[in-house]
Amino acid sequence: MSAVSAEAAPGRTRAGGRSRPRPDGASAAPLAPRARLLPSLAAVYRAQLSRARVARIPLLFVATFQSVGIMIMMRGVVDGGDDARFVVAGSSVLVVAFVALNLLAQYFGQLRASGGLDHYATLPVPPAAVVLGAAAAYASFTVPGTAVTAVVGSLLFKLPLGHLWIIAAVVPLAGAALAGLGAALGLLAPRQELATLCGQLGMSAALLLGVLPTTHMPTLVLWARDLLPSTYGVEAMARTFDARPDWAAVAADLGVCAAVGVVSLAAATWAYRRAAVR
Amino acid sequence: MQQAAGEAVCTVRGLVKTYPAARGGRGTPGTPAVRASDGIDLDILRGEIFGLLGPNGAGKSTLVRQLTGLLRPDEGSVELLGHDLVRHPDRAARLIGYLGQESTALDELTVALAAETTGRLRGLGLREARAERDAVIEELGLGPIAGRPLKKLSGGQRRLACFAAVLVGERPVLVLDEPTTGMDPVARRAVWAAVDRRRAEHGATVLLVTHNVIEAETVLDRVAVLEQGRIIACDTPAGLKELVGDEVRVELVWRDEPPLHVPEVAALRDAATATGRRWSLRLAPAEARAAVAAVTGGPAFAALDDFTLATPSLEDVYLALGGRTEGLVKA
Repeated sequence: MSAVSAEAAPGRTRAGGRSRPRPDGASAAPLAPRARLLPSLAAVYRAQLSRARVARIPLLFVATFQSVGIMIMMRGVVDGGDDARFVVAGSSVLVVAFVALNLLAQYFGQLRASGGLDHYATLPVPPAAVVLGAAAAYASFTVPGTAVTAVVGSLLFKLPLGHLWIIAAVVPLAGAALAGLGAALGLLAPRQELATLCGQLGMSAALLLGVLPTTHMPTLVLWARDLLPSTYGVEAMARTFDARPDWAAVAADLGVCAAVGVVSLAAATWAYRRAAVR
Repeated sequence: MQQAAGEAVCTVRGLVKTYPAARGGRGTPGTPAVRASDGIDLDILRGEIFGLLGPNGAGKSTLVRQLTGLLRPDEGSVELLGHDLVRHPDRAARLIGYLGQESTALDELTVALAAETTGRLRGLGLREARAERDAVIEELGLGPIAGRPLKKLSGGQRRLACFAAVLVGERPVLVLDEPTTGMDPVARRAVWAAVDRRRAEHGATVLLVTHNVIEAETVLDRVAVLEQGRIIACDTPAGLKELVGDEVRVELVWRDEPPLHVPEVAALRDAATATGRRWSLRLAPAEARAAVAAVTGGPAFAALDDFTLATPSLEDVYLALGGRTEGLVKA
């Protein structure tokens, strides 16, 4: 292998030729293999999901009750029609924001502050596997709450249930965007309390800008609404309550979620790398 | 495969790490810059248990974090098994099994899942990870608590579970930062038996961080004594003890006030380090005999609560080398 110079001892060549011989001529010890992306992602996902099952079920109930409660409250304000769609879609996506954005920001903030990241940083695991595994687990964990909220909301406001399957696309895509944002916030915040605060604020924004009818919003708030990735999940879901939804618009909205998801997860991976090795 | 002893596995030269000064915030005073590693040279040999001993704040953890690729040194070199870890810190994870002080990443997992997941992230396949998980749980006697989350365990059990996770996915070097903190004697024995097995079977090398003097004396092959970011001594525990010669440690505990009206006791006072009712003295054997004779007979005995005579420990070495004694544990 050409990349290894002639004085390298035999029996020790690795793809890429990256291990250099020692100056004294002795060969470097073989390195254990890296963990590959997909298996380690699966391992992190499984571990995080089990963590969530142990520690987060009460919080999922809180998230669901909060959303159902908001819908019941809004029934006094909104009388069906367009606004009702946004209330139901906004409340459903709020569950995703609560868990994926808020709880994940808290989790990574806490992990970073307590030195828990050292555990991952001293294992040969790709940073993306840790971030994506955790994000995916938190996003999946929102599925039951989102489904319950969507069904209850649709019944409450007498909206058609026919296209509710869309949450199978909304949860992963909005989940990716919000979880990426949550992970990045948690890993970048200089202090743990700030990570928690940012997560809470993000969730509050998703609540107010997603659920409230847009008709009375000032322009500035509308702009803020357009900046929030959860908005596109809400829009996509709200469109599917039409008898004949505009699928192109739905796909465009979900496309925005996916794009934000890619960017924010990449940012979170970068933030993880930065936080893990100082 | 038994490797020849004496071959350096880890070579550290001129390691320097300075933490910058912190500005004071509201209610918290600023701290000056700290040289946590101040020109450290170190050679760790294949198959040995090498210890870092020192009180809290001596720079043990900072040194270990640089050896495990978690912290980049300001100056100096770290070579581990022929790999330059300053240039390639990511390789540390493929050579070292590291037990840190924190378990937060594993806290909410069950013991079994923590071990399995760690093994998978160390590059094992699912089947291998499960087989090794089962073997390690069996080896460390964790079977009865394998299904319980780490969070619900006692401190010592949690520590043992984290140690189990370190062992899944074999590595030629183990770096253990105070592994036995909070463990009962049974768990400690399990840890040292597991370490010995890996040395005997795979020639594993162990770097152990400890502030426990007794443990350092019993398990370490060699020990480096750290004080304020420097290594002030490095030898076998026995070799270090020779530094303090044949001095004997005498501990006297008084019931109340020391009987200073007894001339022999008054004479000992200047040589003693007093902590409350306890006097601690390092004396030559003849002096020690005389001192014990003086306090165990006559009027001084009435004032004496307890006394012990002991051969010097690493703590005495540490004191003789000019170290501060706070922070070392004698249990």
